[in-house]
Amino acid sequence: MSEMSLHRGISMQRIGAMILRYWYLLMSSWPRLLELLYWPALQVITWGFLQLYIAQNANFFARAGGTLIGAVILWDILFRGQLGFSISFLEEMWARNLGNLMMSPLKPIEFLLSLMVMSLIRLAIGVIPMTLLALFLFHFNVYALGLPLIAFFCNLIFTSWSVGIFVSGLVLRNGLGAESIVWTLMFAIMPLACIYYPVSVLPAWLQYVAWALPPTYVFEGMRALLIENTFRTDLMLDALAINTGLLIASFWAFLALLRSARKHGSLLSSGE
Amino acid sequence: MTENDKASSRPTVADRSSLAAIEVDHLVKVYKQTRAVDDISFSLPRGSITGLLGGNGAGKTTTIAMIMGLVLPTSGRVRVLGHRMPEESAAVLGRMNFESPYVDMPMRLTVRQNLTVFGKLYAVKNLSDRIAKLADDLDLTDFIDRANGKLSAGQKTRVALAKALINQPELLLLDEPTASLDPDTADWVRAHLERYRKANNATILLASHNMLEVERLCDRVIIMKRGRIEDDDTPEAIMARYNRTTLEEVFLDVARGRVNGVRQEAAR
Repeated sequence: MSEMSLHRGISMQRIGAMILRYWYLLMSSWPRLLELLYWPALQVITWGFLQLYIAQNANFFARAGGTLIGAVILWDILFRGQLGFSISFLEEMWARNLGNLMMSPLKPIEFLLSLMVMSLIRLAIGVIPMTLLALFLFHFNVYALGLPLIAFFCNLIFTSWSVGIFVSGLVLRNGLGAESIVWTLMFAIMPLACIYYPVSVLPAWLQYVAWALPPTYVFEGMRALLIENTFRTDLMLDALAINTGLLIASFWAFLALLRSARKHGSLLSSGE
Repeated sequence: MTENDKASSRPTVADRSSLAAIEVDHLVKVYKQTRAVDDISFSLPRGSITGLLGGNGAGKTTTIAMIMGLVLPTSGRVRVLGHRMPEESAAVLGRMNFESPYVDMPMRLTVRQNLTVFGKLYAVKNLSDRIAKLADDLDLTDFIDRANGKLSAGQKTRVALAKALINQPELLLLDEPTASLDPDTADWVRAHLERYRKANNATILLASHNMLEVERLCDRVIIMKRGRIEDDDTPEAIMARYNRTTLEEVFLDVARGRVNGVRQEAAR
């Protein structure tokens, strides 16, 4: 993969070839497909019943119907988006196929774009049934959020790609010994992204950290929409600005880690 | 012939670059305290087939990896098909290919799916015809719709070779192309490589521990030891220089440090 020609001559055919490769892989294994559906469904059922129970016993939650289940669905977009990206990347490491790709005309930007598309496909397979389950079991229609849902989705998926690109670079540089980062890094931001509670709950000094994370804006925006019926455009624009910076930084970090992997010979030994 | 005539008939640097498939110039690779490749230089003309010999840790794989652009040199330069690597790799990666025991074809995909994906990555025209031709040439037809993970070692090697030939490369880099193959399959692979080279005027650089393979295939041999080039000539010239009848005996002389004694003996 040529690092120098990052922005020139992006080939849709090569991106399509990589998407085809991951599609073949996904369709070759029904347990993998089932796994995409299983966890999101389990999440929405568990949190849906919890929301139902709380709503019956507290006026606030009765008024703020859907905040918990909405948060679960949005968190899953963030988490599954990153996993969808990173698992497709890890497939290349597990299959010892990275050398074949690196030696082909595929460019890093094309590789990353194909991983982004795959994260959307995997997300759709997992999350669309989850939203339907929320609708039929708990009468929570996430699609009723309308246009704001698109703003929430875009900001969350951009963050998930930034994290996915960065951790893929780390695995590229350090081998499969760094694989656990793929599964755990997103959980590190979970308490600070204020998924299930408002930012005001955090100590004042920690609020600064929370506001540095784009998902915090999304979850605050979701609560504003569900509780106060207000769509906070300012929050979405702030999140978009931070996400733009994060995406650029993650691209840069990926290229720097790829160069370091070439320098240290890590691409020849992509095991542990 | 005057000095000027001699000078004009001598290839210029630009000519040499256009004639050479690979040019390696004072290449060095240092990993922490280890000098994996230590100031090596060679040039391979187009259409040649060269064997890179050496024991484990001699620097063969690192050299090939630097030629492919997978590893960055500490110092020195590599040009492939007239382009600097890795800076201009985008200009040559579509014209070369490789096979190595350090990589696999994805196991869950069928042979046809794998070849389709790589064919598209290399922008191969009339891809289904090309896959059919390779399947015919390399005898893949019986298992072309079987998952790669369910193939025998010999079948996997033929599939890896099909992937390496999918774009009809001008330059083919092979690292142990017949390792773990039975003699019959190994001989079959060698015969196919010879046919491919002749039919396409392709350049082949192969690293191997199989001396018979190198003797049969290569018109030039580069012997490496501890990251340096120990010898570089035709197989016949090298065997004559060491007064040996096989490259295997030469390899043992080099590996066991008997080089100078044997050479002096041969010179007498």
